[in-house]
Amino acid sequence: MTTVDEAIARAHHDEWSRVVAGLARRFGDLDVAEEAAAEAFATAVERWPADGIPPNPGGWLTTTATRKAIDRLRRESHRDTKHQAAQMLYDDSVPEPTGPVQDDRLRLVFTCCHPALAMDARVALTLRLLGGLTVAEIAHAFLVPETTMAGRITRAKKKIKAAHVPYRVPSADDVRSRLAGVLAVLFLVFNEGYLASAGDDAVRTDLSDEAIRLTRLLRSLLPDNGEVCGLLALMVLTDARRAARVSPDGALVTLGEQDRGVWDRAMIKEGHALVRERIAAVAAGAEPPGRYQLLAAVNAVHTDGDTAAATDWPQVVALYDRLLALDPSPIVRLNRAVAVAEVAGEESALAEIDSLATELDGYHAFHATRADLLRRLSRTDEARAAYDRAIELAGNPAERAYLSRRQAELDG
Amino acid sequence: MPRYLMSVFGPAERTEFGNYGSKEEMLQAFADTGAFNEKLEKSGKFVFAGGLAEATTATVVDGRGDQPVLTDGPYLESKEHVGGFWVIDAADLDEALALAADGSKACRGKVEVRPFQTAEDFQGLLDS
Repeated sequence: MTTVDEAIARAHHDEWSRVVAGLARRFGDLDVAEEAAAEAFATAVERWPADGIPPNPGGWLTTTATRKAIDRLRRESHRDTKHQAAQMLYDDSVPEPTGPVQDDRLRLVFTCCHPALAMDARVALTLRLLGGLTVAEIAHAFLVPETTMAGRITRAKKKIKAAHVPYRVPSADDVRSRLAGVLAVLFLVFNEGYLASAGDDAVRTDLSDEAIRLTRLLRSLLPDNGEVCGLLALMVLTDARRAARVSPDGALVTLGEQDRGVWDRAMIKEGHALVRERIAAVAAGAEPPGRYQLLAAVNAVHTDGDTAAATDWPQVVALYDRLLALDPSPIVRLNRAVAVAEVAGEESALAEIDSLATELDGYHAFHATRADLLRRLSRTDEARAAYDRAIELAGNPAERAYLSRRQAELDG
Repeated sequence: MPRYLMSVFGPAERTEFGNYGSKEEMLQAFADTGAFNEKLEKSGKFVFAGGLAEATTATVVDGRGDQPVLTDGPYLESKEHVGGFWVIDAADLDEALALAADGSKACRGKVEVRPFQTAEDFQGLLDS
């Protein structure tokens, strides 16, 4: 990579969402904003090698993108010319003081993750407009044809425009529920990257990296929000274990069997610091932790200590109890049962898990957890049947490889 | 200000008490819907509203040929049809969705919120 290439890559990384968000506010049109931003970066690729890197790349990109947007609107409009010209000359679109924070990018976050959009549309828009991923990259990441992904993004932008989805940060009353929707989008992107539900790659680091980057951005915009902090902590504590998570032959390695020496110590340190920050905040009177903070705390316990045997399982059970109080879902109960097995034994855990059978019969992790407990209880035939179901339902190749290995060991 | 159609969906044929569980429930839904309408009117967001007769009473007319062709029944074959609607003006989708939630609670039905085309959309079509 040349210096100019690096400068362009860095500018894209740092400035893309800022440029798109600023244009979206000024022109009130996501389509115009996206295209003008893309054109500005294309112009940078053409011009910077000859003209040199501008002293303020972000400013250069914003100015260039604004010109591109105005050119496009002029080309397109045979109407209302006077009105349009006036709008273009005077940037009177000063942010209205409607939300707690004024940053344009935060408006863009809430618009891309608007609850009136389907989840897959929110994910696609967020990755395109905030993340700056190309449509081809997003399509590849979600294993759909590029035309399908392009159509999804176009439809979402069209709906935002036609239905007048507001470009603003929700009011303080609504921000909590709306933020939950934003965090759900980021967590979905992270999880799809961390343990893909389909396809041949076990881990798609591009998606998990992007989710972490966007969550960092959100944290910089909402530094005092506990759940944003919790989600970031959860992601870095999970991602820190990436290198240990898949064996050289492509099988998943469970937490207890991972080589802790290859964990990313810096990320674990960061995650622990974030969790401590929240514990201190709650002790100082902040509201009680939500689901992401509790899940981050669970992961902090799991990453504390030099061996898996040192895990403070009663603490994990206690954290899951608090999570159950917020979210009494069968999945949370399943995860809690895994910790219960370590504290109260496999029999108690199995009894809890079996009570979830009707709700979770179609979920591979339910059968995988049951299989593991049955194996430990030497109920070999039942374990084998449970592994069969888990392998049948698992979409991820590394998970299937791990389960098959475990099942084969039953006969050994 | 953007304008929205809020349609309420319900079964094609109504049973006793218009598909509310009991007469009391029906009367309560009417009262709640009336109060909601009043609130809409006071806030200046009300444009029009109405309840429709059963969908089975509809007639489809195709006037594109020499002679109009009439078909008994609603345009779409479905178990559920629009049973009533509001036309409202709202600042943006968030406001429309909040009003739809209130309306849905009042009339005890699911509400579809759909934006009207704006003059700008129409101009876009003319320019395309």
